[in-house]
Amino acid sequence: MDISALTSVVISWQSLVILAVFGITLLIATYSTYAERVVAAFLQDRVGPDRAGPYGLLQPLADAVKLFTKEEFFPAGANRGLFVFGPCLAMTTALMASAVIPFGNTLLLNNGEVVRLQAIEVNIGMLYVFGVVSLGVYGLMIGGWASNNKFSLLGAIRAAAQAVSYELAMGMALIALLMVTGTLSLREIALQQYDGLWNIVYQPLGFIIFIVCAFAETNRTPFDLPECETELVGGYHTEYSSMKMGLYLFAEYINVFVASAVMSTLYFGGFSFPGEHLLYNSLTSSQGELFAHNVVTILGTVVLFAKIFFFIFFFMWVRWTLPRFRYDQLMRLGWTMLFPIAILNILLTGAFILFFGSKEPKREISKEAVPTEVRTVARR
Amino acid sequence: MSLFYFLTFVALLAALGVVFAKNPMHSVLFLVLTFFAISGHYLLLNAQFLAAVNIIVYAGAIMVLFLFVVMFLNLNADTEPNKSALAKVAGAIAGGLLLLVLIAALRNVNPTGADLDTFDSQIGMVNRLGLVLYQQYLLPFELASVLFLVAMVGSVMLGKREAGERHF
Repeated sequence: MDISALTSVVISWQSLVILAVFGITLLIATYSTYAERVVAAFLQDRVGPDRAGPYGLLQPLADAVKLFTKEEFFPAGANRGLFVFGPCLAMTTALMASAVIPFGNTLLLNNGEVVRLQAIEVNIGMLYVFGVVSLGVYGLMIGGWASNNKFSLLGAIRAAAQAVSYELAMGMALIALLMVTGTLSLREIALQQYDGLWNIVYQPLGFIIFIVCAFAETNRTPFDLPECETELVGGYHTEYSSMKMGLYLFAEYINVFVASAVMSTLYFGGFSFPGEHLLYNSLTSSQGELFAHNVVTILGTVVLFAKIFFFIFFFMWVRWTLPRFRYDQLMRLGWTMLFPIAILNILLTGAFILFFGSKEPKREISKEAVPTEVRTVARR
Repeated sequence: MSLFYFLTFVALLAALGVVFAKNPMHSVLFLVLTFFAISGHYLLLNAQFLAAVNIIVYAGAIMVLFLFVVMFLNLNADTEPNKSALAKVAGAIAGGLLLLVLIAALRNVNPTGADLDTFDSQIGMVNRLGLVLYQQYLLPFELASVLFLVAMVGSVMLGKREAGERHF
């Protein structure tokens, strides 16, 4: 049985993509823990982890072994079921979000099969991500409450208040972006930016709101009040030990990865890069359409990951540069600054579309550049 | 069809859990599960937008605030006030009346299913919904938004610091 028959019968390439997305998400989150230490060391002029393996590259493995073999501890009076359920939920919701992110355009196989480099394509991708992100806070709240500890409870309450406050401004920023793109599908938004201007040009204010809210939603410094160690010991995970603690930390890095991927896709062109249309044309004339399309797709995926890594680095850069906000400052920033600015951004976007027209013509050009089979997939 | 039965089973079980759970925290979590099952039903009915918004608004925002309030209260069995028999009877009657209204509303529904030849698969999609909402039902939609605005202004008024009052 040859390879193509085997793949069409036993497994489809699309399912492989789903597995790959899952695996890559976990891998990147694992190495984000290492990158965090290296970046911290770099910013503080230290050496950083260098003992486990060459350049300390096996550090995440050593950490995993440490976390798995530590004693599992249940605090007295804790609600055991919910205490275990909390970290599980945090991890599950974090992992769910990467399913709809388009990590690349399509690969065209020899037998005419089209493989999307995206786990699942849904019409409402942006809403899906937003919904999953809004669920992420449950893991923190449940874990913090079930610990039966005042510090954990305070951390959980802070997490809930912070998440709900910043979700509003984030949603408003997304609405303004939606007015520009006219679609909720992340894949279509990425395709619209194909060989055109990236959405950051149309939505600079929206992007600033979005990135601030992304920091708050992922509980990263300067918004890491729920786990603020100077006031709350460890915040919502004070009572956690061993791998349950590890899952909370891991979920945070997955959230950072997902937030970076969403920002790259929505505002920074996703898998598109400058000059890809020229590259596509020159390769088509020399090597044929199929080859050109696949090369551009693979390059696009590489470029997208470069953008994602830059944003992950940005998250860490900010963490080791800025001090933490005070809680009332956090709330004031969210409600009295970001929220009105987000509404203003919607009004401005509406006025621009009214007076200068939407960027509809640009979309038509970009669709011409994509081969026919891809267009039908994109429309679905 | 089996998915429908599974979702219905989960929805009913979780809804019963909301009522019967001793711990208010468990009640809230069961309610979240109920919303998930209902969102699953929306997806089966091809209403993607409704499913997503149900999760975002109810599970993601309103229930988080519910949980927030429940965590502040120390709701143990010994601190729970005993409800009088009158309150219980009144609750049962009010719930029963709601059930009656729902049954009356569903009584004339003819469960034949969709006609596959004329069925429009795009019917629950977000752009179709937007067109209907902003063309056919523009006035009710705007009235609902005014209602929300009134509610927001009201809650701000309640939460406003009064003259001379200090919180810290």
